[in-house]
Amino acid sequence: MSLNAYLIFSTLIFCLGLLGVIRRKNLLMLFFSTEIMLNSVNIAFAAISKFHGDLTGQMFAFFIIAIAASEVAVGLGLLILWYKKTGTINLDSMQKLKG
Amino acid sequence: MFEIVAFYLFAFLTITMFSITIFTNNALYALSTLAAGMIFISAFFFLLDAQFLGAVQIVVYTGAVMALYAFGMMFFDSLSTVEEHIKNPRLVFLLSGIIALLIVIIFVSPVIGENVQANLPVHEQWGNTQDVGVVLFTKYLIPFEIAAIMLLVAMIGGIILAGKKMDLSYSELSEDEIENLEKEEL
Repeated sequence: MSLNAYLIFSTLIFCLGLLGVIRRKNLLMLFFSTEIMLNSVNIAFAAISKFHGDLTGQMFAFFIIAIAASEVAVGLGLLILWYKKTGTINLDSMQKLKG
Repeated sequence: MFEIVAFYLFAFLTITMFSITIFTNNALYALSTLAAGMIFISAFFFLLDAQFLGAVQIVVYTGAVMALYAFGMMFFDSLSTVEEHIKNPRLVFLLSGIIALLIVIIFVSPVIGENVQANLPVHEQWGNTQDVGVVLFTKYLIPFEIAAIMLLVAMIGGIILAGKKMDLSYSELSEDEIENLEKEEL
């Protein structure tokens, strides 16, 4: 397989995630879509790393995974707080953001 | 031959799984297909000789992150179907297409454009895990430590955010006390 095959696959997955981010109104589903986008970029990094014989891409993918994990911890905490406050995790309920 | 078959098989499976995640109206289906897609993505890391990343993908993503999501979903009304109304679906598809084109150009242009020199070359005789370990603890030691601190801060932040008002246990209260509490909140 060529590098382009992996990059095109990664772009397809990224667009799926992007479509989800644009389409979804439920905040939990929005988070899922973000995870998909992060994963697609990881594939692209790993592919470039392999086809250029360079480990930098894998390092960046590793740090992206770490950042995604911490994003989930903080984001889910905020979501639970928001759900306790308003009883919904719909994106439209955040339009006012008066607290 | 094996690589081509595996690539197309897993590409098909991953795209199917993530499509279900994007388009389903059931939160539980979304969660389980997302977990399956993550597992299938780890297959690509193994295909690309990044065994360490593949293992991390399974352990961290499918093990930890998905478990965290499953835990978080217990707080929400996860069995009810998610209803979403989009005012202009054509705009959404147009925007996605344009951005997709842009990303393909961005990804492909440096590959075609120049001859890239390897900054941290792969040592074939070492194997991937040892190679990653050596690079991680020499060239990327400070980012690694910062990532560790960031994970700790995020974990404590998540606990504090999610744990507010959790000192009160409803199961230990009597019916009257719970009713009084609910009246106070209203």
